[in-house]
Amino acid sequence: MSFDRIKEKLNILADAAKYDVSCSSSGSKRTNKEKGLGNSSGMGICHSYTEDGRCVSLLKILMTNHCIFDCAYCVTRRSNDIKRAAFKIQEVVDLTINFYRRNYIEGLFLSSGIFKDADYTMERLVAVAKKLRLEEKFNGYIHLKSIPGASDELMREAGLYADRLSVNIEIPTVSGLKLLAPEKDHKDFLKPMAKVKNEIIQYKSEKKIIKSTPKYAPAGQSTQMIVGATGETDQQILLTSAYFYKEFNLKRVYYSGYVPVIADERLPQLGTQVPMLRENRLYQTDWLMRFYGFDVREIVDKNNPNLDLEVDPKLAWALRNLHEFPVDINKADKFMLLRVPGIGVKSVSKIIQARRFRKLNWQHLAKLGIASNRAKYFITCESSEFEKRDLTAEQIRGFILQNSSSKFRKLVSPQLNVFG
Amino acid sequence: MYSDSLNFNLTDCILEYDGSFDGFLCAVHEFYVLKLNQGEIQKEGSAQGTLFAKRIKVITQLPLVEKVWKRFKVRIGGSGCSQIFRAFLSEEIGIENTLLRYIQHALNSPQPIHSDFSHPDVLKVSQMVKSVGREKHRMEAFVRFRRTKDGIYFTHIAPDFNVLPLISKHFQERYADQKWMIYDEKRHYALYYDLNKVEVVELHLKEKLELYKNPEGVYDEQEIEFQELWKDYFKSTNIKSRKNDKLHTQYVPKRYWRYLTEKLPGN
Repeated sequence: MSFDRIKEKLNILADAAKYDVSCSSSGSKRTNKEKGLGNSSGMGICHSYTEDGRCVSLLKILMTNHCIFDCAYCVTRRSNDIKRAAFKIQEVVDLTINFYRRNYIEGLFLSSGIFKDADYTMERLVAVAKKLRLEEKFNGYIHLKSIPGASDELMREAGLYADRLSVNIEIPTVSGLKLLAPEKDHKDFLKPMAKVKNEIIQYKSEKKIIKSTPKYAPAGQSTQMIVGATGETDQQILLTSAYFYKEFNLKRVYYSGYVPVIADERLPQLGTQVPMLRENRLYQTDWLMRFYGFDVREIVDKNNPNLDLEVDPKLAWALRNLHEFPVDINKADKFMLLRVPGIGVKSVSKIIQARRFRKLNWQHLAKLGIASNRAKYFITCESSEFEKRDLTAEQIRGFILQNSSSKFRKLVSPQLNVFG
Repeated sequence: MYSDSLNFNLTDCILEYDGSFDGFLCAVHEFYVLKLNQGEIQKEGSAQGTLFAKRIKVITQLPLVEKVWKRFKVRIGGSGCSQIFRAFLSEEIGIENTLLRYIQHALNSPQPIHSDFSHPDVLKVSQMVKSVGREKHRMEAFVRFRRTKDGIYFTHIAPDFNVLPLISKHFQERYADQKWMIYDEKRHYALYYDLNKVEVVELHLKEKLELYKNPEGVYDEQEIEFQELWKDYFKSTNIKSRKNDKLHTQYVPKRYWRYLTEKLPGN
């Protein structure tokens, strides 16, 4: 193995892969057997964090950055004048194993530019995974990209070796895709996703009958959308996510604030700020949909097509629905507790457990670590103290903003002045 | 013995144990045998508390340990017991007494109490358990093995809490086909896996090992190359336009940097 050459390739192909935000390594159930290498049962581990604060859990690289497509939003687009490189299959295997043995990573996230055609590319990704599993007895985490347009047969094989498969739809609207990636067809993205979904269902039902049925993509599927490249609304993005969660049983949808990498008149100018606050609000909404029992239509609708940047989406919902409050901490059911601004999933579970022993008052809540600065306008507890003024939504919003110090405050402060 | 116990005030009794978890369990047992209402459990040689307190040395007896632990499992339950063990590993000063009160509360209560968060001792224990758990998880993440010439993957760490007993299983399951050793340089002992079982070894290596230098060529010839590749990868995967130092140090506190290959100087 020539380390200098590998080093050069790694620099190019890791740099090109970094805009894929998924780094999850959880949710698989692959245990180590017969003294092989690795274990990926249950919790994922972030082994490090980049200077931009993102988790480093997997060795995230491209097989190659040669690509036959010319999608405007992508660094590796055909017409972009950059250095190109390609890994050999054995090189990726060696890197993965040696990084894994040193406890640098949980596994491999392998993606690729499309060279020759979809099947040829997918075949090489599958070959890496197969070699890792069969020759190296590797039980760590493997995330493979499903290449749009790859054949069903290859997708079936991919799922046998990978823990997770993902197709990035990148552009949330069909019209946006036509504009930025005219050579790509919306349907090509959906086909491998549908195939994998059906295989997962089939393998799961077979497993119930025949215990030795192999695992098929045990950590499920995910996808990613670029935010802020085509002028789409939050409602469009979120309806698309809700559709994917429902139709394809996706485990995760990732949102990636567009980082201007190339000058193109169809795209935001170079130097435009990455919409990180918007990205954050989208993730918060995603969580509300997956863990807090919210329906997407409760959060965005025709009148509110974009998320409020000033306050988080749960608080925004509560302010629009003051008639649902206040709720009694000692009586309310889980569904309603989860809707109280400032109270998260863990706090709800603590409240429900602790209130079995005695009725909870403000001191108890404080000791449980529940921040009341937002919640206090929406709850009552075992105390005569509670918000008795009949405040309007605007007043509550004002009080909360006055007393909060969001890390994004600087970004929204011009608007604050208008309201203040 | 009996007349002796009449000569001192039982509330001022300090039970001294050897510092091990087994010893602590024996001390709790002794507390009940002596029918003390109040009193403290302290590590030998820590000599805190009142000058006039009567000090009683508790001897660690393994058969007794087993008996007590079995008893606790029945009376306090599995999750309660695991909370006690984890909180004990925090090594916080006075944790023995918090745990003693926690155990008393648990034994007096007809139902499991590990979720009674509005009770001060239960809350304290659950907070310690959380801290210890976080440190355990950090060690599983931040350990960086280096391959030595004789094929052992070696690392040194200095966790805030005594978490080696908790991470042993994780590394054994993960690295079943390679020899490895994790050395706690603060507490001077190591876990060593020899392809069959994990052993606890007492070790005294020199303080503040600087492992990124290749002292006397103890490392495999490719070791440094892989470290360089990893450092390079770490740099390439960063997105400069999203730089966020505050978040970075929140996730990777500076005190861990000297163990992380990617944060070491050079290159």
